[in-house]
Amino acid sequence: MSADTNSQRRILSILVANRSGVLSRVSGLISRRGFNIESLSVGPTEDATLSRITVIMVTSDTAFEQLTKQLHKLIDVHKIVDLTDENAIERELVLIKVNAPAEQRSEIIEIANIFRAKVVDVGKAALTIEVTGDEAKIKGIEDLLRGFGIKETIRTGVIAISRG
Amino acid sequence: MGKAGKTVQSDEAAGGQLMSGAQAIVAALEAEGVELIFGYPGGQALQIYDALYDSQQIRHILARHEQGAVHEADGYARASGRTGVVVVTSGPGATNTVTGIATAYMDSVPLVVICGQVSSSVIGTDAFQESDITGITMPIVKHSYLLQDVADLPRTLREAFYLANSGRPGPVLIDVPSDIAAAELHFTYPDEVNMPSYKPTLKGNPRQIRQAASMITDATRPLIYAGGGIIASGASPELAELAELIQAPVVTTLLGKGAYPASSPLNLGMFGMHGSKYANYAVSAADLVIAVGARFSDRDTGRLASFAREANVVHIDIDPAEIGKNRASEVPIVGDAKGILAALSEQLRKLAHTPRTADWLAQIAIWQADHPFYHPGLATPTGSIAPEGVLDRLSELLDPAASIVTTEVGQHQMWAAQHIQRELPRSFLTSGGLGTMGYGLPAAIGAKLACPDKLVLCVAGDGSLQMNSQEMATAAVSGADVKVLLLNNSALGMVHQWQQLFYDKRYSASLLEDNPNFVKLAEAYSWTAQRVTQPEDVEAALQWLLASEGPALLEVRIDCDEDVFPMLAPGSPLDAVIGAVNIGALDDMIDGKDWCEQDDRQASAWMLAHRAAAKEEAK
Repeated sequence: MSADTNSQRRILSILVANRSGVLSRVSGLISRRGFNIESLSVGPTEDATLSRITVIMVTSDTAFEQLTKQLHKLIDVHKIVDLTDENAIERELVLIKVNAPAEQRSEIIEIANIFRAKVVDVGKAALTIEVTGDEAKIKGIEDLLRGFGIKETIRTGVIAISRG
Repeated sequence: MGKAGKTVQSDEAAGGQLMSGAQAIVAALEAEGVELIFGYPGGQALQIYDALYDSQQIRHILARHEQGAVHEADGYARASGRTGVVVVTSGPGATNTVTGIATAYMDSVPLVVICGQVSSSVIGTDAFQESDITGITMPIVKHSYLLQDVADLPRTLREAFYLANSGRPGPVLIDVPSDIAAAELHFTYPDEVNMPSYKPTLKGNPRQIRQAASMITDATRPLIYAGGGIIASGASPELAELAELIQAPVVTTLLGKGAYPASSPLNLGMFGMHGSKYANYAVSAADLVIAVGARFSDRDTGRLASFAREANVVHIDIDPAEIGKNRASEVPIVGDAKGILAALSEQLRKLAHTPRTADWLAQIAIWQADHPFYHPGLATPTGSIAPEGVLDRLSELLDPAASIVTTEVGQHQMWAAQHIQRELPRSFLTSGGLGTMGYGLPAAIGAKLACPDKLVLCVAGDGSLQMNSQEMATAAVSGADVKVLLLNNSALGMVHQWQQLFYDKRYSASLLEDNPNFVKLAEAYSWTAQRVTQPEDVEAALQWLLASEGPALLEVRIDCDEDVFPMLAPGSPLDAVIGAVNIGALDDMIDGKDWCEQDDRQASAWMLAHRAAAKEEAK
């Protein structure tokens, strides 16, 4: 279903009941209808009875429309917003543990500073860097740090909010 | 994710009666007007069963297998339109319901399935007879609940019944841990349902309806494609009104059988894989397809890319997800078929619509005359009993207003769909979407208990009947006077047919030569039973079956080389149907194919001529 030619990256923001099993219903539906989830994040909202699930995936227009309709059929789904074409604000937090022998530390810290990233831990041979940003920024710092040897990367998954 | 804030509290001040969760389930079922439930007890359902023991209102039908219980509730629901109710225990009791629930889900049947569950304190510990039935059934339910607080119980039951039988109907599962069934609450049953995230669209968009009407006035070759949604909506009178008004032929899906009277000259019956050639030609040649409560399933459309390639599509469905899922539509209308069809007719009358379909209907009449279904009489050319003939005769003997036919799944199901004429909705019950062997017998039992005044007959095959033959006991004990017409070909007929046609006659695992003695099997369950092997004995045997007292089985021996024709090879365009040819020999099949290709040339020649004429007219 997701193999159409005009595939593009989509951001879907799904407001759901804050109830046990809901994440499983949503992610189960997405996977059994043949979609791959690139990123998924869940958290409570300003209303304690609701949670928000942000999903990133690559699909065609028709497949995406079908998926949205199927998601709407879940009783626990209250609202679905497609943030893809909204020029939405996108953020992801990433922790990167990078090889950093003493002689290379300052170079790595300089890169971190340029990306407004933070050094959150220093070990004998490694630095852990916390970086927040959209996809392009994360990819940018990752590319630069790769040369030093990335030991481990942990990402929260993308969250997004509309402008205005 | 955490637990949501409770919206309903057990409220002593509200004056509700103090009772256990199990008693509250029974009280809720009574409040819903439930009179009949199907089930099977077990450890974690004991409290619910104890509470049921006191109910004056509810009769419990003890199935002999939980799958049977769900199909019985399904048959009850399809025959009556009411919600079917099932109660089972945890673990294997719950997992045995899965096929029944999936069957109901695929065919949009309203069910409430209540499962006992191990106590909340041991959920997740692999306790005895624990299974995560909420998780297992997630893809095949409309919604499900795992009760976590006894105070939620009345609201949950209320919501479950509302969900099951509103919008697009479907099964709803409630999992009840035994400590919740034991806990006490002050029971008051809510009148209202408050579900802000569930608001099915019922009324069709007036602008879309106007657009559909104008498309109908422009069409010269319109066709109505009627599905099970007509029956769920109770829209048969409105469908008939529209069809008459616009003088359009009506084709039905397997689940739409009965939605429109077979006796109407506009009814072309079933199309698709085993539909008539004329219905398939009509769909292929139509310039407008009005799909109502149908979902363009692969068994209907054949190769999707060439399906109704001449046609614009108006698609009416209560489920927005069905619209555009398989076939894009020019005019989508979301809502309840009944109101939309009425509004469409109203709009067309306003436009003073006069149909221009005389040529179209005349052409279809030619196709009908040239390519009827195969009506061989009771004997095949080789002297064996012809299943089509048996069902033709059965159809004549049944009073369409006072009978319900159920089927199992396979060749006999398709023959029944082709040869048994139905006039009314809810009179032909079959597992269409999931294709569940073992559905027909229990569904007949449920239908008979829902409609005791009707004759309820299951057309079965020898493979399917053995999938739930233990339900013969349920019929005998519950007094469900059902009839079974068993077409026994000692094979898994449809598998056999595919192997014959597409797998070089390599009959891998499809022969049932060591079938039991079905007459003795039925008699062991206190049924009466007969067997016929000769065509000349069929008439008397059918008469006997229909006049018999109590549950009865008639076994009709047929040849395993009898195939269902016409047939569309999977993935083929609708007008490439394999012919309605004589059975048995592959040579005939090939002849049939040539014949069909010739027909296609005729059909397309007619379409070309028609288009040329229309162009002339436009000038």
